[in-house]
Amino acid sequence: MKPAPFSYADPDSLDEALAVLSAEGEGAKVLAGGQSLLPLLNMRLAAPTTLVDINRVPGLDQIEAGGSGVRVGALVRHAALLRSAEASAVQPLLARATANVAHPAIRNRGTTVGSIAHADPSGEMTAVLALTGGSVTVATPDGTSSVDWADLFLGPLETSVHGPAVVTSAFFPALAPRSGTAFAEVARRKGDYAVCGAGVMVTLDEDRRVASARVAYISVGLVPEVHDLTDAVVGRPVDAADWAAAGVMAQGLVDPDGDLHASADYRRLLVGALTARTLASAAAEAQERSA
Amino acid sequence: MSTSTARGTSTERTVRVTVNGVPQQVTVPVRRLLSDALRHDMGLTGTHSGCEHGVCGSCTVLVDGAAVRSCLVLAVQVDGAAVTTVEGLSRSDHQGGQVLHPIQEAFRECHALQCGYCTPGFLTTIAAGLDARDPAVPITEDEVDELVGGNLCRCTGYANIKKACRHAAEQMRQAAS
Repeated sequence: MKPAPFSYADPDSLDEALAVLSAEGEGAKVLAGGQSLLPLLNMRLAAPTTLVDINRVPGLDQIEAGGSGVRVGALVRHAALLRSAEASAVQPLLARATANVAHPAIRNRGTTVGSIAHADPSGEMTAVLALTGGSVTVATPDGTSSVDWADLFLGPLETSVHGPAVVTSAFFPALAPRSGTAFAEVARRKGDYAVCGAGVMVTLDEDRRVASARVAYISVGLVPEVHDLTDAVVGRPVDAADWAAAGVMAQGLVDPDGDLHASADYRRLLVGALTARTLASAAAEAQERSA
Repeated sequence: MSTSTARGTSTERTVRVTVNGVPQQVTVPVRRLLSDALRHDMGLTGTHSGCEHGVCGSCTVLVDGAAVRSCLVLAVQVDGAAVTTVEGLSRSDHQGGQVLHPIQEAFRECHALQCGYCTPGFLTTIAAGLDARDPAVPITEDEVDELVGGNLCRCTGYANIKKACRHAAEQMRQAAS
């Protein structure tokens, strides 16, 4: 339960971090909060030759909340995002999902961007990035680029970011007008990896009828899955919409696996229940925000 | 703490860190976990290593005031920081004795430990949580659940640990009013 030997660098600029990553090659790994990486190292499921600790790189710990959305820097801890009233005002789903990320001691250290770059399909923030239609900024020695969420997640713990690169920020678009969000998950112990989780976004039309109902699940597929459930509830006033029907529709769209903690059937049952519950809550919020 | 020049790749580092108010300097392999540096290099065995992958919470310490799992932080990462372990939760009474933190008193009062292995992690985690909240506001059950939710106790003393949280919060409320 100790990491295999590695070498370590803690550069104090992004350029230097990229230079070390380039020089060290494929065995190098970026370390930010380390709350997913260190367990992998301790259990020797990963054995990088070099850790490039970016904690001394200036400027990466900023949360920028503006009209178009929230940009979260690579060194912003979950706890800081959870506390940010500015971020919540622009995209309320951020704090709602972050409150479900692990325990306070993990949230004090772990980073939002790191958990996205880690691409664990049970990670709450991967689902939030997907549901909001977000993107990440990737810095390489050749320059920076933006990668859309749909092009980012390739599989469990696998992203399209390869070679010497640092994910420097994630961008979450603002919540649209007449919209509401909700997030809920079931875990064996509060704060543990979710057996199943759902983040939802409901948008109403100008007559306050359901115009859109979308959901992203965690711990259900190999990558964050976004499903459009609008057809089950479209055109209905909030209090006359059949959210359970949307849950049933979702159950037909997902294909969860069973494991030690939950059978596939139990996960599908949770998909139905969490979908109905979160959609109703998000729709109520959308109605409040439409008033 | 930081230098203006980039730090090169290394396999061993000298770490300067203040632990419980005492400056420490240790030279460690860069793979040394903070939990092991505290226990083996600094002789502070109050911090207990349990699962060593961030699940049990027994190794929790405070880094610059925030509770973190010391098994999920490298010792080199706390260079320049202030660390508080369970040994540092009490404070001097200036008469040669020690005043326990209210949560330590509450653990004794409420019989909140049996074997004691998980206790240092509970104490540091709960102390940080209680110190960060407004003591004048009565604590809620949700807050108590959040305070203890990240730590495992295999003697299953959770009922008394939660009782200790409520007791300590009440003691702190009375002290603040």
